Amino acid sequence: MSVVQEISDETVADDAEAANARRRKLENMLVPLAMVAALLACWQLGVRLFEVPTYIAPAPSDVATEFVEKFPLLVKNFWPTLYESVLGFFAGNLAAILIAIAFVHYKFVEKAFFPLAVFINTIPILAIAPILVLIFGAGLTAKVVIAALICFFPTLVNMVRGLQSVSPQSLELARILSASKSEIFWKIRLPSSLPFLFSALKIAATTCVIGAIVGEWIGADVGLGALIIDSTFNFRSALLYATVFMSSGLSVFLFVMVSLAERFFIRWQ
Amino acid sequence: MTMVEALEADSSNKNVEDLVVADMNSANAQIPAASLRNASVRFGAFTAIENLNLDIDEGAFYTILGPSGCGKSTLLRLISDLIPAAAGEVQVLGKSTEEARLAREFAFVFQEASLLPWRTALENVQLPLEMGKRRGVKIPVSEKPPLELLELVGLKGREDALPHELSGGMRQRVAIARALVCKPKLLLMDEPFGALDEMTRDHLNLQLLQIWKETGVTVLFVTHSIPEAVFLGQKVLMLQAHPGRLKEIVPVDLPYPREIKLRDTVEFTKHAAYLRQLLETC
Repeated sequence: MSVVQEISDETVADDAEAANARRRKLENMLVPLAMVAALLACWQLGVRLFEVPTYIAPAPSDVATEFVEKFPLLVKNFWPTLYESVLGFFAGNLAAILIAIAFVHYKFVEKAFFPLAVFINTIPILAIAPILVLIFGAGLTAKVVIAALICFFPTLVNMVRGLQSVSPQSLELARILSASKSEIFWKIRLPSSLPFLFSALKIAATTCVIGAIVGEWIGADVGLGALIIDSTFNFRSALLYATVFMSSGLSVFLFVMVSLAERFFIRWQ
Repeated sequence: MTMVEALEADSSNKNVEDLVVADMNSANAQIPAASLRNASVRFGAFTAIENLNLDIDEGAFYTILGPSGCGKSTLLRLISDLIPAAAGEVQVLGKSTEEARLAREFAFVFQEASLLPWRTALENVQLPLEMGKRRGVKIPVSEKPPLELLELVGLKGREDALPHELSGGMRQRVAIARALVCKPKLLLMDEPFGALDEMTRDHLNLQLLQIWKETGVTVLFVTHSIPEAVFLGQKVLMLQAHPGRLKEIVPVDLPYPREIKLRDTVEFTKHAAYLRQLLETC
């Protein structure tokens, strides 16, 4: 009797808890959405009320209309920026990972190259972009290099920290097991570094888009960056805003991809 | 000579190598599990261990007590070839510590379980089987496969759990199973249960005694708990600090198998009281 009672109590509690969880989930989605809707409404109302000219600040409805009408143009300029960002992402992070591995295994390399890496990181990307366009020309390469460069430093620093994050006891254990350097690297250091690597990759997923767009500002006739410059100088503000949303969509897309990969690779946290 | 012995002697005569091996085995019986001769360890100007002479009997359970800074952990690290001796000689089963390490004669259990968080309990136990091949380690295999070792430490059914899904006590049990996977003759334990709550600790103490009985492994167990030292050990090595030296070897004449209620007996309390007094004079 009491057992049955307990079980039914438990199921009731479970049901109530599940309902609670659902409500919380719904709340978590609805609150930010409502906030965005309210902001858009304010913006729309403000622009119409104060009769702000479209070329200074277009109303959300204008941007939406432009977004739908010019969608083929936006997509045409989306692909080049996507390529540049993704290629830069892989090139920059791969270089950072390899150099981090060298740093951790050969103190000499770290001593020699770390100050240089810091120096390169201190140059504003806007200042170095023209130099890279001069060197690599106005084609794809310059944009990939700029995107790669902007990804490089955060990943380098995080990866070095990650590879060094192994606990002293794990290293003592490896020594007692007479493990070789490569065994320690593949079985202990590299997996330990993954959480650090992925936090860097999430930063890189958004910054590589910035790199590609900055590259396109300096010299390009396609890409979201080129479209931003073009629509600004032609006072096509609605198109400018639509392009900005497209760029941020690209960043969000890459960020989500990296987050999914993180969830797949890191199951232990 | 009985019939069976005669037959065995006859058959081993055919193979001279067998005889030699048998001889060596009988000789091994006299070799201590670990021996230190005038061993010293220094860290810079600091002397952690000075002129230590010690023979560890094979198959025995030693607990090591002493004030902080007496070199308890250093002693285990010296025997396990993690740190070198500044002077003197250290041997494990008649071999140098390095040879013993390469032969997997000993295993180490740390204060923290130090499991690899991305590996399941079973994969953590298997780690020692995957490492050291490049350094020429011939990996000895326990008669018990890793899965059975997990069963031995009471983790049947949890082999696929990741370390963060296990409690502190369970993680430490995985670490013990990992230490046993290469069938070590000497088990070095550095305050393995120090961070656990009392109940879990009692349970693991009993389990450890059970494992010791089943495997016949020699145990060197560092602790800072006097009751734990008395409860587990056949002999308590009392070390003194500044510099680390051996103060006294205190035999614990309490019969095995030991149960938790042993701690309420007068004999147990006598041992504990003696050790406490000794510790105060260290």
